[in-house]
Amino acid sequence: MGILAHTITSFFAAAGFAVLFNAPRKSLIPCGVVGMLGWLVYIGLIEVNFLAVPATVIASIVVGICSRVCAETFKMPILIFYVAGIIPLVPGGVAYNAMRSFIESDYFDGVELAAEVMILSGGIAIGLMFSEVMNQLWRKIVRSA
Amino acid sequence: MNDQAVIRICLLAGKIMLQSGAETHRVEDTMKRIAEAYGYTDIQSFAMPTGVHFSINRTEASRFLRVSSRATDLHKISDVNEISRSITNDNISIDEAKKRLDAVDESRQTFTKTAQIIAAALVSGSFTIMFGGTWPDFLPSMITGGVAYAFMFWVVHLIGTRFIADFFASILIGLLAYVSIQMGFGHSLDKVIIGAVMPLVPGLPITNAVRDLLAGHLVAGVSKGVEAGLTAVAIGAGVAVMFGFVALFS
Repeated sequence: MGILAHTITSFFAAAGFAVLFNAPRKSLIPCGVVGMLGWLVYIGLIEVNFLAVPATVIASIVVGICSRVCAETFKMPILIFYVAGIIPLVPGGVAYNAMRSFIESDYFDGVELAAEVMILSGGIAIGLMFSEVMNQLWRKIVRSA
Repeated sequence: MNDQAVIRICLLAGKIMLQSGAETHRVEDTMKRIAEAYGYTDIQSFAMPTGVHFSINRTEASRFLRVSSRATDLHKISDVNEISRSITNDNISIDEAKKRLDAVDESRQTFTKTAQIIAAALVSGSFTIMFGGTWPDFLPSMITGGVAYAFMFWVVHLIGTRFIADFFASILIGLLAYVSIQMGFGHSLDKVIIGAVMPLVPGLPITNAVRDLLAGHLVAGVSKGVEAGLTAVAIGAGVAVMFGFVALFS
């Protein structure tokens, strides 16, 4: 699947989720762009043979930084942007496969995949926290300089 | 009494934010900022997903407000944030703040149900492609996701519990995806189902739960995590029911 298809679909996925979450109208396009950037970073890292977990962490750091920039620019809570932005990174597919394995009584695969889901969602949270910490450090450095 | 009016504004702001799915540390922070802007210094606030405590001074009696329904409405969070910003920066009067908060509380959702259903359909189709599906899977996934989301709204209207509505909606997703693959639309049953369940996946509760936990709000983090977990189980169980039926009749 081409990079163009990924760009377009991830934009619509993130912007569509912003509609489902009742985000303010003027934040829809920034939300879509944040989600798109996060997903492109993730796909790019997977292409160069990164593992899924570090790729997710790096992509969510990117989402966190972009959300902070959007929050400052549009004077809205950062929550709006990162909620829509991380949606493409949420391991929905892995969670589905885990559930499917449990139904088919394949508990070994099920537990393995469920553990992967937990680590991936932890990775998203750590990426977001890391970008927040970097933001606070940056502010302190700017203020003291 | 000035105290009573400020308490009322703070609790109203907290209630709106919790009903719209904000993180509890943001709720407590907003309430504290509003009260401080009106000159109170020793404010105690405690927010949980199901209720909010507030006292204007540690020796005063604390007030409590129950939060019974929770949904995701980022627009309201943004509006309350804007009001609290104008309280702290422009010092608008208590009456003015009350009027604006009441307007937010009574305002309806930004997007109509039709717009949300169309968005859900688009999200479903897009995720099918992103998770490695092929273009023939796009249309079945879109239709399945859109119809299931509309069905979810209808069940919520009938029963009032989102958790049960998610369960029935994902049974429908399984059924529609199976039928469309059997009829020759689309290649991969898995990709169609993954795409179509994505609009139901509790993405916001999961991230908020983890952020609350990391911010030290253990009660809120754990309870939101359980809420998200229940929703995920409901979706999984719904698809599982469909697979069970298919295995039974084939």
